[in-house]
Amino acid sequence: MPPRYEVVIGLEVHAQLLTESKLFCSCSTRFGQQPNSNVCPVCLGLPGSLPVLNGQAVRLALRAALALGCTIHETSIFARKNYFYPDLPKGYQISQYEEPLATDGWLDIESESGTKRIRIHRIHMEEDAGKNVHGMGGDSLVDLNRAGTPLVEIVSEPDLRSSSDAAAYMRALRDVLLFLRANDGNLEEGSLRCDANVSIRPFGQAELGTRCELKNLNSFKFVQKAIDSEVARQTAIVDAGGRIIQQTRSFDPDTGTTHTLRSKEEAHDYRYFPEPDLPPLILPESLVTEERNHLLPLPAALRQSYVDSYGLSTQAAATLTQHPEFIAYFEAVRSSFDQPTKVANYILTEVMRGASVHGLSASFNVTPSQVAEILELVDSGVISGKQAKEVHLAIENSARMPREVVQERNMKVVSDAGSLEPLCSDVLAKSSAQVQQYRSGKKGVLGYLVGQVMKSSAGSADPKLVNEILVRLLEQN
Amino acid sequence: MPITRENILHIAKLAQLRLEPDEVAALQGDLASILEHIEKLSELNTDGIQPTAHLVVDAAPMRTDAVMPGLSNESALAEAPRPREGGFAVPAFVDEG
Repeated sequence: MPPRYEVVIGLEVHAQLLTESKLFCSCSTRFGQQPNSNVCPVCLGLPGSLPVLNGQAVRLALRAALALGCTIHETSIFARKNYFYPDLPKGYQISQYEEPLATDGWLDIESESGTKRIRIHRIHMEEDAGKNVHGMGGDSLVDLNRAGTPLVEIVSEPDLRSSSDAAAYMRALRDVLLFLRANDGNLEEGSLRCDANVSIRPFGQAELGTRCELKNLNSFKFVQKAIDSEVARQTAIVDAGGRIIQQTRSFDPDTGTTHTLRSKEEAHDYRYFPEPDLPPLILPESLVTEERNHLLPLPAALRQSYVDSYGLSTQAAATLTQHPEFIAYFEAVRSSFDQPTKVANYILTEVMRGASVHGLSASFNVTPSQVAEILELVDSGVISGKQAKEVHLAIENSARMPREVVQERNMKVVSDAGSLEPLCSDVLAKSSAQVQQYRSGKKGVLGYLVGQVMKSSAGSADPKLVNEILVRLLEQN
Repeated sequence: MPITRENILHIAKLAQLRLEPDEVAALQGDLASILEHIEKLSELNTDGIQPTAHLVVDAAPMRTDAVMPGLSNESALAEAPRPREGGFAVPAFVDEG
């Protein structure tokens, strides 16, 4: 049965900006420290303290807004969002409300029906709240290390039409922010958090249905699961003739379902007003120009250009553009060995195995210059592809260069027909079945025969030459 | 502008205030007369005047993104009524996010 209702989703993504210090004070933003050790009078909300804006946070928020095609507002205003919560020491969060940093952007995602443009409603800056540790008997413990960490909130228009759209959007957004070095992409450390507004409506209806807000979806998988479960819940209610009540719901990963946190009647009334402690944020023209001029192509555009100008497969281009360090690696190898497809293949098959990624940094077993030299050695026929693997293993985690290994082990491709021909004849003599098959038209067995010769030469033969000799011998007799 | 009892109770709830019945009645009157007084401002002609969020016209100064030492855990918790394991202990609650 085809679905009867159209699903409408808008996402609010909170992304931590990758600064050293907090948004309004000079405390460290470092994750995983002793509780309440990165705190000061400002982020503890002690009386008499005053916020001072972090210029780098502004720069990163601006960079994200530019990359997402937003209209940048030269003047924006910080506002107090008032509510009481144990992890909010001041009793208000400094955010932006009526005049945000940027509005009207977009992000393209790959959905099931092809590329889709998702409009971005607004981007504003705000400070994070603290963190709470529960399960301490009758207590919860508040840790304010995270309080005051700079965030951007990126609010999409309700343009997403399925849970997989929503996950694709969140992934694409993560890639962009990681690429801009504005966010470290560590969802498991809470660097990127997402709330989803979900509603359903009969197909063809223009008016939006009543929405429910799903809180704190901290992984791509949870975004998808939570939305699926919420859509099923709403569908069941509407099918039974019921009415959706606007409310805030929380997703429980253990049960895979959502439950009510609060209904609209108890909805927070935040009584926003302009933050009297901070003058308006006026973006210096030089900062905007600088960021605009340094804007790099986004992962999606880079992916396309790798396919178009380098002839890489879509899959290879997608993998290489997954992380800024992969891109840098690829470009570094390519700068000394300019055969993009060979470089890409080598990185994907050999280098990735020994690569590990943590946030914005990545580490590799071999350096780009080592890889370039291996590719050079293979390309000029000094060693075979199989020998390249041996060289690769020998130089992993060391400063040795491939050429040294080749010399030391006296490796070279046997590309002298005289010494290869006996090997080939030998293999043919032992493989009468395959020879028969070849002669009856099954040319595909040639690959097997080449493989056998390579094996008997311990990988040192030049496969191209082996191929030629085998064909000659097979056609001869 | 009349202020209802419900208005007062709603605001009190948001502000986490517990009010006695006579205080509710008194605040109803006080708040109404404050709003009435503020209402006088709308007699002014503000056509062509930009809304003013701040009296200082300067832009917010921006600091360099550099870490400076703050308070030690001990001094951060020194005035806390119930410090526990380096944290501020509060009655257990559920995270609403």
